[in-house]
Amino acid sequence: MSTVEIRNLRKSFGELEVLKGIDFTVEAGQVVCVIGPSGSGKSTLLRCVNLLERPTSGQVVVDGTEITDPDVDIDAVRRRLGMVFQQFNLFSHLTVLRNVTIAQERVLRRGRAEAERVARETLERVGLSEKAEAYPAQLSGGQQQRVAIARALAMNPSLMLFDEPTSALDPELVGDVLAVMRELAGDGMTMMVVTHEMGFAREVADRVVFMDHGMIVEDGPPEQVIADPRHARTREFLGRVLHPEG
Amino acid sequence: MTGHSAPLASRRGWSPRDRRRLSRGGQYVLLAAVAAALVYLADWGAIRQSFLNTQVAADGLPRLFSAALKNTMIYTASGYVVGFALGMLLALMRQSSVAPYRWIASTYIEIFRGLPALVIFLMIGSLPLAFPGFQVPGGVYGQAALGLGLVSAAYMAETFRAGLQAVPKGQMEAARSLGMTHTRAMLSIVIPQAVRIVIPPLTNELVLLFKDSSLVLFLGVTAAQVELAKFGNDQASTFASPTPILVSGLTYLLITIPLGYVARRLEQRQGTAR
Repeated sequence: MSTVEIRNLRKSFGELEVLKGIDFTVEAGQVVCVIGPSGSGKSTLLRCVNLLERPTSGQVVVDGTEITDPDVDIDAVRRRLGMVFQQFNLFSHLTVLRNVTIAQERVLRRGRAEAERVARETLERVGLSEKAEAYPAQLSGGQQQRVAIARALAMNPSLMLFDEPTSALDPELVGDVLAVMRELAGDGMTMMVVTHEMGFAREVADRVVFMDHGMIVEDGPPEQVIADPRHARTREFLGRVLHPEG
Repeated sequence: MTGHSAPLASRRGWSPRDRRRLSRGGQYVLLAAVAAALVYLADWGAIRQSFLNTQVAADGLPRLFSAALKNTMIYTASGYVVGFALGMLLALMRQSSVAPYRWIASTYIEIFRGLPALVIFLMIGSLPLAFPGFQVPGGVYGQAALGLGLVSAAYMAETFRAGLQAVPKGQMEAARSLGMTHTRAMLSIVIPQAVRIVIPPLTNELVLLFKDSSLVLFLGVTAAQVELAKFGNDQASTFASPTPILVSGLTYLLITIPLGYVARRLEQRQGTAR
């Protein structure tokens, strides 16, 4: 069964139609990278999967639940979806440890001791167990993003959504974050990643989706979409991304 | 020097620098003259006798601290608690998606910011007329907390609103993406950050409230409930000397100046942290 199934999804902001009928699935265990120029609607598509944006029309089915149904308990659905943002969005008034425990306690109703045990395990997994008592402002961008990943992982999500997770990072900090994501993919996590990191997409993704102007232009394995694109628009975009001096 | 400014400066004999010097010198002379006039015109003997009557001041001091200052602090603190809670509620109502909440909150804020605090204190005693049988619990203490709370809530609501708006949108999104309800995210994530942001203006509000607590004098208080302003005024009539009022005033400053300093320091620290 597929984890995410999107049918004829449309989203408009006022007059502007950002998504123009998207059909798209993510199978359990797959890593799907969504690429495309800015303004192509890829982030909006990702944010429709956990309803941070309400689709104008169409269906989104997550783990068999149609979340676009107005009667669905969206908070219950979001519990199973982890999201990592471009700007990290760590809770700046809480320590790293508290960032990772608060939703476990307040949403999953785990006890303090269990939540802290899980938090320390996930922080260990992203290589930041020694930063548990620090505040977000004391961490580098790369460290903050790894804490954000740990915060999402601690909720035991069945799907992780990444919205340009390395775009706000200094170049030398990108590698650590990608390494954590690579490891996560290796562990079999289902992942939907909006990214500009072509190397990561080529190496880790099971599928690469190229979007432009609110539509999916090309969808296939990375060796095809990145290495041998069929559409002129994909070729043009990749040419600009891979050879910016070109 | 390229010589550009030389012809300009010498056009009317005075260079701009000379003119600035002359103007500043004139102001110093004027200031000195005003000060000298005040010193000359004041009756220093009378000042010492009326305003600096150490005997009268010393007589009042024990009760000033044990009753007046203590009550002022109680009135201020209880009014602040009421104002904080009501102000936060109003700020949240102003952001609500329920339109009548927004109307109620903005109407309240407009009215209570537009009224002199004194008018509100004069009205509080009349509340039982509108709600027969109703008494503000806690007597004068309750009335003071209510009056000061109603006034400060309007100002604090505006402060909290600014604070809530200053919390980045991503904080709410991150909380919601973890499965928190809107209410839970507000309580655990957004409101704590908003309050932190507005701590400096909230400290200033405490200073304002400390001074406004003097309006309790219009509620008709007993000797045990007296606060600084009324205490000073009563003592002044008893001893036929303005010294107690001066002492009360100095006691206000004893609290307001350090608090104001703390508020400015907090503001600076936040300025550098951002």
